[in-house]
Amino acid sequence: MDRQDCQHLLAALGEYIDGTLDEELCREIEKHMAECENCRVVVDTLRKTIYLYRVEAQEESLPQEVRHRLLARLELEG
Amino acid sequence: MNESEKFPSFSLEALRRRDRQEMSRLVEAFSGVVYRLGMKMLGDPQDAEDVLQSTFLKVFEALPTFEGRSSLSTWIYRIAMNEALMILRRRRPEVGLALEEGNDEDDEPLSKPQALVDWCCLPENELLSGEARRVLDEAIRKLPEKLRTVFILRDIEGLSTEETAEALGLSETNVKTRLLRARLRLREMLSEYYGERVKESGLYG
Ligand SMILES: [Zn+2]
Repeated sequence: MDRQDCQHLLAALGEYIDGTLDEELCREIEKHMAECENCRVVVDTLRKTIYLYRVEAQEESLPQEVRHRLLARLELEG
Repeated sequence: MNESEKFPSFSLEALRRRDRQEMSRLVEAFSGVVYRLGMKMLGDPQDAEDVLQSTFLKVFEALPTFEGRSSLSTWIYRIAMNEALMILRRRRPEVGLALEEGNDEDDEPLSKPQALVDWCCLPENELLSGEARRVLDEAIRKLPEKLRTVFILRDIEGLSTEETAEALGLSETNVKTRLLRARLRLREMLSEYYGERVKESGLYG
């Protein structure tokens, strides 16, 4: 991650991953990744990081007793 | 993606006259996400429940003054985040704002990625093992507050940049920079753990 290209890629990475970067810049990034293994790893593991947090969060559900206490507190039970 | 499309729509008029059925619908639609936000921000079930209860008390109290300039969901996220931050500050008053500032300023250059092991090849059951989940939770709590709030709303809750900016009172540019910093920091922390798993599994080098 020393080359100037790598630094450029880093700055644009957020938008690249979110798919909001313009097409020309995307192509530049993809070209760079094809020849720079380090940047490819950074991009892949960054995507995976986000993915894992999303999956993990989807599984977090509201415990029944917490829900009941909330409804009681709000006087919305029954 | 637009946050408001993820939730059913509500009659503000019915909510304002405290129609019980409409209030219950609102609670059913948002209690899960508010509780999750509390868990991710504070990491403790009791604290998360406090966030949940105080958020809905505030929501129903403040509904008459809700102007509808932002979507109802963004407004609820904003209240929930404020409640979480308040509990966080009450819980550790010794950690003043001074500690939070000083690094990760928005105009500071991004630090170069350090970890370069490719751990994407690990099987899903290892990426999401019980131990790995604890690492995920710990890592998010190690993020400075101002990066954690952005990461939770954008990447975990799926709010748009605009909605996140609105909920946190930030500019969209700040949301983008903070999000990238948060993601890169988490990547480094996860790489430490998963990198070891890769070496153990012999999938690497
Ligand atoms: Zn590179």
